[in-house]
Amino acid sequence: MEQLIKKINGMIRLRAYKKQRESLHFFTVEEAQLEMILSHLKNYEGFTHLAFLQAVDFIEDGKFQLTYMLYNYETKMNIGVLTLIDREEAETASIHKLWAHAWQYQREIHEMYGIDFPGSPRVKESFVLEGWEEMPPMRRDFDTKEYSERTFYQRPGRSTNDPAEYMKEKLYRNYPQSPAIRRDDE
Amino acid sequence: MSNLSKNKYKGYDADRSKYPETRNGEPVIDLDSHKFTKMWQGPQHPGVTGNMSVEIIVNGDEIVHAQTHVGYLHRGFEKLMERRKYIQCFPLVCRICVPEPDTNEYLVSAAMEELADITVPEKALWLRTLNLEMSRIASYLMWIGGQAGSLGMGTIGQWTVGMRDFWLDLFEEMTGGRVYHMYMVPGGVRKDLPDGFIRKARDLIVRTRKLLRDVENSFLSNAVVKSRLQGLGVITPDMVDEYGIVGPNARSCGKEYDIRLNNPYLKYDELDVKMITSTVGDAFSRAQLRYDDIHQSLDLVSEILKRIPVEGKIQAEMPNLLNWKIPAGQTYVKAESTRGEHGFYMVSDGTDKPRRVFARGASYTHAISVLEKLAQNISLSDLAALMVSLHTCPPEIER
Repeated sequence: MEQLIKKINGMIRLRAYKKQRESLHFFTVEEAQLEMILSHLKNYEGFTHLAFLQAVDFIEDGKFQLTYMLYNYETKMNIGVLTLIDREEAETASIHKLWAHAWQYQREIHEMYGIDFPGSPRVKESFVLEGWEEMPPMRRDFDTKEYSERTFYQRPGRSTNDPAEYMKEKLYRNYPQSPAIRRDDE
Repeated sequence: MSNLSKNKYKGYDADRSKYPETRNGEPVIDLDSHKFTKMWQGPQHPGVTGNMSVEIIVNGDEIVHAQTHVGYLHRGFEKLMERRKYIQCFPLVCRICVPEPDTNEYLVSAAMEELADITVPEKALWLRTLNLEMSRIASYLMWIGGQAGSLGMGTIGQWTVGMRDFWLDLFEEMTGGRVYHMYMVPGGVRKDLPDGFIRKARDLIVRTRKLLRDVENSFLSNAVVKSRLQGLGVITPDMVDEYGIVGPNARSCGKEYDIRLNNPYLKYDELDVKMITSTVGDAFSRAQLRYDDIHQSLDLVSEILKRIPVEGKIQAEMPNLLNWKIPAGQTYVKAESTRGEHGFYMVSDGTDKPRRVFARGASYTHAISVLEKLAQNISLSDLAALMVSLHTCPPEIER
């Protein structure tokens, strides 16, 4: 594995490398070199199985991280190829020509994060959220509570209680010195 | 016209002029020509555990185009987990796949333990392995019922689902829950085996083997089953990498990929797990392979019951779980479920909530890309059998 990392570092300059455990390694590449590296790993290094492709939102850096998890059946190694793309103009190259099922992940990421993969088949089709008009929901700035309060309403005639208040009121009213409400961590 | 339909529907060889022409491997379909019917299979159908629909276009009774639609079961677990503390994520994940929840439990705990650098005690590892193998048996028993039901043999389904209930009884004794067990908590397991468990489990193994003999005689040796499943939905070795096929679906066409052997986890490196493969790749070979796999799981359960340590800790020393902060990092852990590679990708950012958790279910590609490809040019009546033979579990597609 060290040899492979050296070889790839000779081809391009890796931005970061981490050995998570013996059979799992992560490295970060520039977005422009991503397709070339994936194609090299698939065609020449035996990493033929694409386990998944997913995105992570690092909103504080203004970046999305894309993770391409590859597997080599011979060496029994997993490699996570990471790349950081700009959050504002989220768009990157499609890999549906390398793996025939990659379009599915790209469609999901487009729906959940709003990252575009130009040329990917059916990428604009809805995956699980039919008729969704809000911002892509897996982005970290999507406020789920605000959305649900705006969209749904309480069933009429129903009241809710704050569980902590309710317990204090109902159960511990007669026992103000009870250890249950005088715990150190409160 | 594919080779499959040539073999399977010999009569169609004579005249294909009424079928659509294909360009670049895709049929040219003009719905206004009144030659085709568009219809839905699902979202409710026998055998597939969960809701998923296939939009199909048929020409006569032959499917010329299929497209999978999911979204009936989206519960947003991945988003929910971003807003919850680590320990609060744990009861969510078992809901990702109903017939086999334990793989999810194990994987999310394993990912947290790896990121937080926690070592699980020896006995807990054995108990986890036992739990995973038992859940494989329960899931496969349900699958036999689905595959038989899709061919109109509901009785076999009733036998096996009835037997699965006895396995759920064992789960109830072991974990307290029948369907969702929430047993493999981060750091170890929740409980030790109850008194008399080993004897009951051994009895049940004997009874299950007896039932499986009946299943073999009435299902796998049945001429009707053979004639319908042989040649249906052939997966070729080239398709395995192209479509990310894993598990029994990949092993049925000769790909040696079983995570219990390739990347052993828990105690599988000390157990005698065999790589079961076949070379045919059709629905019948997948059925046989899964049948052999249940026997292997039964063997493994007996072996684990012999070797499980009597004494020992079952839970590691854990920090305060209500305020558990995991150092920043990321990992991908995987395990072999009955459908194949099941994995969890977890990214932590040093706070008490995960930054991202992604559950990679094997059905993700099997139910969409692979099903859409294999459903072309098969008979409408074979679609249910094909869906079950890929062993899809829709909840793990949309999480």
